[in-house]
Amino acid sequence: MTAAIVRKPRSAAGPETARGTYRAAVASEWTKLRSVRSTVWSLVVTIAITVGLGALLCAAVVARWDRLDPIERLRFDATGRSLAGIFLAQLAIGVLGVLVIGSEYTTGSIRTTFAATPRRKTVVAAKATVLAAVAFVVGAIGCFAAFGIGQVILQGKHVGVSLGDTNVLRAALGGAIYLTAVALIGFSLATIIRRTPGAIAALFAIVLVLPILSNALPSPWDNNVAKLLPATAGESLFSTRAAPDILTATLAVIVLAVWVVATFAVALISVSRRDS
Amino acid sequence: MIRAEGLTKRYGSTLAVDHLDFEIQPGVVTGFLGPNGAGKTTTMRMILGLDAPTSGTVTVNGRSYVDIPFPLHEVGALLEAKALHPSRSAYNHLLSLAQSNRISRQRVDVVIDMVGLADVAGRPVGKYSLGMGQRLGIAAALLGDPPILMFDEPVNGLDPEGILWIRNLLKSLALEGRTIFLSSHLMSEMAQTADELIVVGRGRLIAADSVANVIGGGQGTVRVETPHFDELAAILRARGATVTYVDNALEVYGLDARTVGDVAFENRIVVHELVRQRESLEDAYFRLTDASVDFHAAALPELAGDRR
Repeated sequence: MTAAIVRKPRSAAGPETARGTYRAAVASEWTKLRSVRSTVWSLVVTIAITVGLGALLCAAVVARWDRLDPIERLRFDATGRSLAGIFLAQLAIGVLGVLVIGSEYTTGSIRTTFAATPRRKTVVAAKATVLAAVAFVVGAIGCFAAFGIGQVILQGKHVGVSLGDTNVLRAALGGAIYLTAVALIGFSLATIIRRTPGAIAALFAIVLVLPILSNALPSPWDNNVAKLLPATAGESLFSTRAAPDILTATLAVIVLAVWVVATFAVALISVSRRDS
Repeated sequence: MIRAEGLTKRYGSTLAVDHLDFEIQPGVVTGFLGPNGAGKTTTMRMILGLDAPTSGTVTVNGRSYVDIPFPLHEVGALLEAKALHPSRSAYNHLLSLAQSNRISRQRVDVVIDMVGLADVAGRPVGKYSLGMGQRLGIAAALLGDPPILMFDEPVNGLDPEGILWIRNLLKSLALEGRTIFLSSHLMSEMAQTADELIVVGRGRLIAADSVANVIGGGQGTVRVETPHFDELAAILRARGATVTYVDNALEVYGLDARTVGDVAFENRIVVHELVRQRESLEDAYFRLTDASVDFHAAALPELAGDRR
């Protein structure tokens, strides 16, 4: 070491605590999320599908209402029908969850990210925080708008309900919670699989294919298994009807939470153990 | 200072990096030389905490990189310039990096100006040329105004103008007292910019010394132009020299210029030109790497410059 200048490392601001790096990472991830057109579009599409498809299904019911048999009318769930667009919208928000980290693995920019923030768990937690906040807000906007527009349409046959009715507010919020959960599960799968196409396939298998497969089981296994799936839990949250394969709201939230936490935990372990 | 001790990385049955020991001294330009697959990029990744060493350690200013909360203030690195989200603008890319390390927005504007991307900073980086991508990567490395800079193949694929720009930038950064660690397969480039050299082959350390010492370790050659070259060649060979014909002249290895001149005079052979030729870094590199078995063939394609 000759006459070289050794400069002391400086830091721009504040104590370099774990919380400090987390906050900085959240700010960084928010910039990343809002600065890519495809992610902004997937949010717009999520709202458009939730509202548009819900309105379409409600209009279909109104058109056929006079010809429905009494049992079908009795079982009609005005809330659940207006929120049924979630079944398709979950794919848009789920893909966004995948892309939040999948696109970084695909482009290799994950290495730039980890070189800037070597605490990888902090990066993953920050990404999940930003994603969850955005997915919940977008999900809530979509669900409340879909509910409102759906009920206006259903009111044409005087079968609409209002937010003050039993379980209705829970269902609208539940829809937003379910969309957030799907986004987070997609995010964790992408963190584990590190490939966008593979993570999308895995997510679709979980939310779309597993419910169909569980139907192929003999009773009562079919319902018992179905109850453990995120899709069933979600449907239980955003519908107000009662059925053998439907969970109580509390149980539904627990099932969703277990899926989210379990996949996230594997994602955290996987991201810190492997080379990037 | 960057210090590696017994740094080793194994992928399955291949040893990518094999017990590397080196120190990168502060305030000098250290070149990292070696053929494709020699472990240069893997070593740089381990310095940045991206790949975990199988054994051994590497530290930056005495601590492991992953223990630095906001490392952009200590080390700026350019690994893969085009590893970016193609639809994000350069400004937003740099802003997100700055925010992750609590660097101000003003600094983002400063580095954008420094690398000459001010006019295109709002455009998606997917539309950038290779040279613009390289400038953006360098802007990212300079964001935290770090005392240590690490560049993996910074001139790779650049046009002469871009190469000149990077060469001047490296010089000015070195003059500011920064530590610069750069890998390059362009040996002439390395000879111009580096003070120190770390030469690796097949993951192993071949040499770690100053450029002058690495080049000075060889004897160099003497170039002789004469109308009687067969005659002179025979006499010189008899004196123990190795003589080859190059472009109507003799290249003499193993005797110094003075002896060659004396020998020609004693034998009354006319000499039109007698030039002492210093060993080039390229020659030194081959001399060093010649020692390791089965190495030459691996080294050649890279020297031809057709990497990637």
